[in-house]
Amino acid sequence: MSGFEIVFSGRPIPVRPGQTIGAALHAAGIRSWRTTRINGRPRGLFCGIGVCFDCLLTVNGEPNVRACLTVARPGDEVTTS
Amino acid sequence: MKYDLIVIGAGPAGMAAAGTAARGGLRVALVDSAAQLGGQFHRQPPPELGGGNVRDDPTHERLGRDQSIEQAIQAPAPRRDFLRLRDRLTGVDLHLGCRVWAVEPSFAVHHDGGTLTGERLLIATGAHDRVVPFPGWDLPGVMTAGGAQALLKGNLVVAGRRIAVAGTGPFLLPVAAGLAAAGARVVGVFEAARQMGALARYPAKLAEGAGYAATLARYRVPYHRGQAVVAAHGADELAKVTVAKIDDGWRAIRTREIECDALAVGYGFVPQLDLPVQLGCATTRDSDGSAIVAVDDQMRTSITGVHAAGETTGVGGAELAELDGIIAGHSITGTPLPDGVRRRRERARAFARLLHEVFPVRDGWRDRLRADTIVCRCEEVPYQAICDAQALGAVDTRSLKLLARPGMGWCQGRMCGYAVARLAGEDPPPPRRPIAQPISLQNLAAYPLRSTNDDA
Repeated sequence: MSGFEIVFSGRPIPVRPGQTIGAALHAAGIRSWRTTRINGRPRGLFCGIGVCFDCLLTVNGEPNVRACLTVARPGDEVTTS
Repeated sequence: MKYDLIVIGAGPAGMAAAGTAARGGLRVALVDSAAQLGGQFHRQPPPELGGGNVRDDPTHERLGRDQSIEQAIQAPAPRRDFLRLRDRLTGVDLHLGCRVWAVEPSFAVHHDGGTLTGERLLIATGAHDRVVPFPGWDLPGVMTAGGAQALLKGNLVVAGRRIAVAGTGPFLLPVAAGLAAAGARVVGVFEAARQMGALARYPAKLAEGAGYAATLARYRVPYHRGQAVVAAHGADELAKVTVAKIDDGWRAIRTREIECDALAVGYGFVPQLDLPVQLGCATTRDSDGSAIVAVDDQMRTSITGVHAAGETTGVGGAELAELDGIIAGHSITGTPLPDGVRRRRERARAFARLLHEVFPVRDGWRDRLRADTIVCRCEEVPYQAICDAQALGAVDTRSLKLLARPGMGWCQGRMCGYAVARLAGEDPPPPRRPIAQPISLQNLAAYPLRSTNDDA
């Protein structure tokens, strides 16, 4: 079982194949990756099953991707939404 | 090609219905937004992730036990149930990883990768966690119980190192047991309900609960009844929670603070009704006040050609959902129901009603709200804004939403809908969401909707 990496805001993040981007970030100790637009509060995983939209981020330039549903692929470039 | 039946949702209800219908000779499509079969209850890790040993995971130093993480998190009995459901799917076309955003009469099922058409439809879209707001519940590290479970079972990632599990309902047990077995320090299960003696009438269910209780005991996880997490604290992440003893109305009596870096919290489940409401299926109320799809004893909805099964017709767990699915499948194929299915279903339904009685949500959670407590996470609506709108005359859920904007953001009220309705003194109305999943304008332009919903 060989892992790979994705890049989160310039930082390499280890991924086990099949994990979602949200799970890989969480496992790496990154638990928030977005700030809210009114109060500037940090957000990460909350519902974990694609319902709450708290975990949105940008993947390879595509904005507003749900981190909890999106399976990570080698070399994915992930930034905050 | 037109299918005889399209089943939306590949949890226990959808799998059982699809398998039953395929055995009855129908061409069946089974659609789910997840990449794996199983739904939330039978969530499976992706095959490429399977078989890993917790010891290999560098991210969690306490995971040193001599067992695979799968063994740690998956009890044998549910695993057998899943394999039995899966093995019956021979001949069913699987459309996994397809997020259905709209269903049209006749029936065209639009998902983010295309459109399927079918003669009949079965809706088994399940439920998501019911949450209520409390100070600090928007801090990273606070997750739904189902979210913590999905992280563990679907990704083999433990939500934190020191985890509190709180809320109400039997689902807290497998969540806490799974987290403990996977190596987390579970600092406690805080169950709001106090009186559970009535459950003794169901020995099999009691035995299942006892199994989880034994796991909690093995890992020295305390199980507290009549307690609740009433606040979460931390600067930019969760650092500790306030736990309270609560009275029968859920008002806090005495509080203490407990350090933890994660909180898994859930107060039962909300049925996902977007698609049946789109189709115009009649809804009714479950015994806990939840809006559910109205079905007859054949699991037929009010719309010809549309069946529903599982949590969309009333939250009651995996066994009830599977029996619903079997009944729906036989109804659709016109084949006789095997002996005992209806009796088992009635018993499972009665147990579900009992669970609603034993694990109710009491309105005392409202006492925890402070002026600045966020009620709607998406639009960041504080409790004060709700109070202001009420002072201006917004007395029902709908006018509260229009005036203060709770439920108008990304999640379309899926997270705050229950709380906002209860703050207005109502049971949550059935959702009216003409589009069930966010989609690109390109998708929308490609499939013009003939929607009868004029009210978003």
